[in-house]
Amino acid sequence: MTVDEAKAQLDERVREMMSWHFSEETGCPFWLDWKSETGWDPREEVKSYDDIVKFPHFQDEWLRDEKNERFVPNAYKGRPFNVFETGGTTGLPKQRVGWDDYKHDYEQFSEQLSEEFFPKGGNWIMVGPTGPRRLRLAVEHLANVRGGSCYHVDLDPRWVKRLIKRKELDQVERYQAHVMTQAVEIIKHRDISCIFTTPRLLASIGERISISDHGIKGCFCGGTSMTPEYVRFLQEEVLESRAQFVPTYGNTLMGLAVSIPSELPEKGYSVTYYAPQPRAVLRIVDADNTEVTKEYGEYGRVELTTLSHEFFMPRFLERDEAIRRKPHEKYAWDGVGDVRPFGALTKKVIEGVY
Amino acid sequence: MIAPHIPILRQGQVYKSLDTQTVNKLGSDEPAAEISFACADMIKYDIQNMGSAREALKKFSGEELVEITKKAGELFLNGDLPIGTEGELQSPEDYVFSLAATSGLPHSLIRFNMRRLGGLFGQIDDIFKGLSRGLEWSVLDRGYGEQGGAPVSFSPTTNELAVILPSNSPAVNALWIPAIAMKVPVLLKPGREEPWTPWRIIQAFIKAGCPPEAFSLYPTQHDGSGAIIRRAGRVMLFGDDSTVKQYENDERVEVHGTGYSKFVIGEDEIENWESYIDSMVESVSANSGRSCICTSTIVVPKYGDEIAHALSKKLCEIKPLPQDDPEAKLSGFANPKFAEWIDEAVEEGLQSDGARDITADYRDGARFVERDGMNYLQPTIVRVDSFDEDLALREFLFPFASVVECPQSDVVEKTGYSLVMTAVTKDVEWINELFDHPEIERLNIGNVPTNRISWNQPHEGNLFDFLYTRRSFAFAESA
Repeated sequence: MTVDEAKAQLDERVREMMSWHFSEETGCPFWLDWKSETGWDPREEVKSYDDIVKFPHFQDEWLRDEKNERFVPNAYKGRPFNVFETGGTTGLPKQRVGWDDYKHDYEQFSEQLSEEFFPKGGNWIMVGPTGPRRLRLAVEHLANVRGGSCYHVDLDPRWVKRLIKRKELDQVERYQAHVMTQAVEIIKHRDISCIFTTPRLLASIGERISISDHGIKGCFCGGTSMTPEYVRFLQEEVLESRAQFVPTYGNTLMGLAVSIPSELPEKGYSVTYYAPQPRAVLRIVDADNTEVTKEYGEYGRVELTTLSHEFFMPRFLERDEAIRRKPHEKYAWDGVGDVRPFGALTKKVIEGVY
Repeated sequence: MIAPHIPILRQGQVYKSLDTQTVNKLGSDEPAAEISFACADMIKYDIQNMGSAREALKKFSGEELVEITKKAGELFLNGDLPIGTEGELQSPEDYVFSLAATSGLPHSLIRFNMRRLGGLFGQIDDIFKGLSRGLEWSVLDRGYGEQGGAPVSFSPTTNELAVILPSNSPAVNALWIPAIAMKVPVLLKPGREEPWTPWRIIQAFIKAGCPPEAFSLYPTQHDGSGAIIRRAGRVMLFGDDSTVKQYENDERVEVHGTGYSKFVIGEDEIENWESYIDSMVESVSANSGRSCICTSTIVVPKYGDEIAHALSKKLCEIKPLPQDDPEAKLSGFANPKFAEWIDEAVEEGLQSDGARDITADYRDGARFVERDGMNYLQPTIVRVDSFDEDLALREFLFPFASVVECPQSDVVEKTGYSLVMTAVTKDVEWINELFDHPEIERLNIGNVPTNRISWNQPHEGNLFDFLYTRRSFAFAESA
């Protein structure tokens, strides 16, 4: 696919989604009411991705303050939905409803994985936040799609964040050790080829056992930002350059942006992620004037637009910043590189806690 | 010399990180060094493997390591030693210039500290005897032996001594140097502006024949320091009272905190106060007032005003001078904000009617001054009416002291903790009372400046007791 073809595909997707989400037959109460209140019809005015700036930024508070039923498209009426949570250290967490999106996202992701490092039929283990998170079902679905089963070890990040806020770092270490003990036992005593976990937990498992010696060939990782040095450490030392490290960037609201693991060493371990376009689009914007897209090579705030039949979310400003990177021959659209917490250089952010 | 790259050392192995920071020469955009930064998880991994570093040191006898230490001292003082990753060499003068460029220390003070550190290597035998109360090195080689006719055995408490080093005081490296002869590898986290001294000492040791595995150096961020503190078997760090409190029940961690060192004059000697002014000036201003062994409170039964004025007059001769001026005794601040914060804290204390800045009558300009792109704080003597004043018992990173009048009988009760106390007196009863006081770490009786210490007597923690623990043992007769 060329860059022009990718752009045409995205524009077509935008038109299709405007038609879907702003028609009485298929749209959800939230967006239909929004259309009435604002007095303009996106079906008429948003004809391409460039027009998406006509929408204001999606506010994630809406996912907490509005009832979930208001986000159910009329086309899905009567179908029970999954509820996936995001964030929520205190109070009511933000929730997103869904049906099959996670399956589509992870089936698409599965096609990107190497058979050498993520063998078909191999079992998986997921070590990280499970509970009400989309990842819990998504990773299991990924394992199943590839012909394997999935073991789970839970970690509650909300509790870890609370401990860190209270400066109870010993408790953090003890809790992490508790999680690690469970993970290591499963890895030692079950046939497992692939792992999903967060970078910190991966390093922590590697402190206790040789991950490669226990049969793990591929590691799909996500959850927090990583410096190139940290990526190098995970690939070369934790995985001993024997298992493949596959960094991803994603969340409940987007799906999964993928990287190109085979190119990491030659790129100095600087990770570039490509959104699952046209289902979701990542744009690097000027933090002070978010209609403006930054130039290639420049840092800016990450803006996410989700364009699925189940969920429409225009111009959500992530709590991250990244470098705008050029399209790749594998992915003919912009990438986002060296993601880090927004304002990382100017303020202290509790991030990468697990 | 071009700005070298200071890499991570992982048991002596050079590791160039992808995460680097450039440290510029103070007051300019010219780089002084590029520094590799280690991630916290890498440090955790390496700490797990420090047993092999200790094995490398154990292959040497104590006597051999003593010789290596002595030779390393000579090389540290006089040798051209490797710096960076490209085979460059650093002469002693290069070291002085590099450290001055990033730390703000005057050349004269760096040379003074260099001589002090260099001398310590040569005294390693005396230091070990002092710390271990006369143990032979061979006891560490075998693990057991005799001391004063009694059987003794010692086992190490750790595979590594980790030290979180500050940026403002090269002399603190003295604390870890003897660990090598005691066969304990070191894991050092240098201050951002001061990688130079630990690096040079390490290179001197390696050139003198020490196994490189004994040295790990991790420039790192806050989370890396946290990993070191939580994971290393023994840790030394520097901090304020809150840091001391945080680790007071953790036997792995020795915090070198605020010294609150004091110079006191007894009622029997107060009429001779003029004879002790030079000692007090040295005690307050040595090493630019940056050591915890520098006097921060002067306690006298009377003549407080006269003493404060006499001290001020002399201390105000210490002025900010060019770094390369041989007479320069005052250090600039690598972090310019520090000087502002300290100045604000002093000014806040002076808002009280019971505290007066006596030096203000004698010095040129304000306490806070800028020169050659650096911030300085000029010496300050504050006369306080009582120990209730905020500034009575405060310690700052520049030549600062309060002068307070207090009856001799109340000194022990009012002064609290003192890392060093010099008591000028011949009053035996009072001397006995001071020796009996558990909150004085080092006690000098007579006219001895507080900054003069002896390495064979620990004034803050005992390195040997920190690194080794005594066990009882027996051999069956047939053994």
